[in-house]
Amino acid sequence: MLSVSNLSKVYASGFQALKRVNLEIRRGEIFALLGPNGAGKTTLIGIVCGVVTATEGRVVVDGHDNVRDYRAARAKIGLVPQELTTDAFESVWNAVSFSRGLFGKPPNPAHIETILKQLSLWDKKDNKIMTLSGGMKRRLLIAKALSHEPEILFLDEPTAGVDVELRRDMWELVRSLRDKGVTIILTTHYIEEAEEMADRIGVISRGEIILVEDKREIIRKLGRKQLTLHLQGKVDRLPESLAGYRLEIAPGGAELVYTYDSQSESGGIPALLRDLHEAGIEFKDLNTDQSSLEEIFVSLVREKR
Amino acid sequence: MNFHAIRAIYKFEMSRTRRTLLQSIVSPVLSTSLYFVVFGSAIGSRITDIDGVTYGAFIVPGLIMLSTLTTSISNASFAIYFPKFTGTIYELLSAPVSYFEIVVSYVGAAATKSLILGLLILGTAHFFVPLKIAHPVWMLTFLVLTAVTFSLFGFMIGIWADGFEKLQMVPLLIVTPLTFLGGSFYSIHMLPPFWQKVTLFNPVVYLISAFRWSFFERADVNVGISLAMTFGFLLLCMAALRWIFKTGYRLKA
Ligand SMILES: Nc1ncnc2c1ncn2[C@@H]1O[C@H](COP(=O)(O)OP(=O)(O)OP(=O)(O)O)[C@@H](O)[C@H]1O
Ligand SMILES: [Mg+2]
Repeated sequence: MLSVSNLSKVYASGFQALKRVNLEIRRGEIFALLGPNGAGKTTLIGIVCGVVTATEGRVVVDGHDNVRDYRAARAKIGLVPQELTTDAFESVWNAVSFSRGLFGKPPNPAHIETILKQLSLWDKKDNKIMTLSGGMKRRLLIAKALSHEPEILFLDEPTAGVDVELRRDMWELVRSLRDKGVTIILTTHYIEEAEEMADRIGVISRGEIILVEDKREIIRKLGRKQLTLHLQGKVDRLPESLAGYRLEIAPGGAELVYTYDSQSESGGIPALLRDLHEAGIEFKDLNTDQSSLEEIFVSLVREKR
Repeated sequence: MNFHAIRAIYKFEMSRTRRTLLQSIVSPVLSTSLYFVVFGSAIGSRITDIDGVTYGAFIVPGLIMLSTLTTSISNASFAIYFPKFTGTIYELLSAPVSYFEIVVSYVGAAATKSLILGLLILGTAHFFVPLKIAHPVWMLTFLVLTAVTFSLFGFMIGIWADGFEKLQMVPLLIVTPLTFLGGSFYSIHMLPPFWQKVTLFNPVVYLISAFRWSFFERADVNVGISLAMTFGFLLLCMAALRWIFKTGYRLKA
């Protein structure tokens, strides 16, 4: 649906924000772009949408080159920017109608009514934008982006500054859009958001895409599981018979921590327990832990530095 | 051609004018009327006629031009500068609109506004000084040409400006002096020969001369030359804008 190849961006300041980025987005998926501040997420989105000029490389939107065939390419895209940039004096209704016209669509009050209701902005339709709260402005920007019925929707940190309940509503909306066949690309700092929403996840750091993977695949491949054993007594060193396991004694000596890959489902736990028993180490309780996407993400980005 | 977009931008700009009616229409009409009161009715009678036209009437075309020209620049420059300033320009840049469509809609709206203003001033002038217009069609042609040309010019300033100071600098430091020295208040034949030559480098002289001719059939400069100069300036502005858009100059990072 969207194909980015060899995309580089050097800003006028000489700063290289993107380094030969390649990315393929599939039709109808929710793609989450994760990365620390300044990684180049907004720059990448800006180039695809035509707000920033690329230094090098090519973007093809559903078969249309976004420079040579910009009309067809852009008509398919809706953009919700990261910054809350809105007019102040326009009414909500006029602002959304304006966006629809700008994208070349004939007026359709019924469609705009549906969107405004979906985003709980209907009772604000005649209000001036400057009287809206931050969260309402965010929703207005989403309404504007949806006004022309785009096939691809970019959400640049859609839930920044949005309360928990509203965030749930927004996820709901994104899912319903996906069900209608809209392709969605979102950036976020909230990893639980990506974990909750995305089909696939891309991680970008310092202008380079360092990983693109199916969400479940990432957790499966890179996720680690830990088994913590709460011991009956204390140990200060491990017996020889247990040297083959990735075992660590927790500070204090009352717990043992066993790390294993989640790929091997059981990870040799039965064998470990048997060997422990034979070594005379008894435990009174145990629990397992699975690393979340957040931990995976942090370690990935750190590794790169 | 994305007609829906042109309509949307044009409508948006015109509704912005309605919101600021006092500032964008009422106040220039009022301040220009003061000139008619002072020069037309009060001291105008003490000043001798110029080219057989009473002084009160003589200054009317020049003052209309002056208002049309300055408001064209300020309307158009502000219209494109403001979205750049607030960041809302992202939407325009991401929309399937060509540069031509952007220019047509913004410049069209700015020119419409200053045209309305020019005609309103003409109407008010009528109350204070007796006027007859010898060539109404030419009068309108010159007014439209001026509004469009200087809206284009203002649009360029709006793109070039990266601060409010710059936005005001060109109109204040260049355009205002040129318009005041462009023969709004005098015929250039009243100048010493040397300054008559210098003054011909001022493009505004041609506009005002031609516009005044459409009223009184008296021109400082040949009307054909004036028309050619106006078109020349129009083409120059269009070429410059084309370059700006081709390079993305100051619009895109
Ligand atoms: N107009 C600009 N001129 C110069 N450098 C810029 C410009 N815009 C962004 N940058 C730089 O490019 C890099 C990437 O910025 P970008 O906004 O794409 O990051 P991001 O991943 O969206 O970050 P965040 O999570 O904070 O939104 C940053 O180092 C930033 O300072
Ligand atoms: Mg960003």
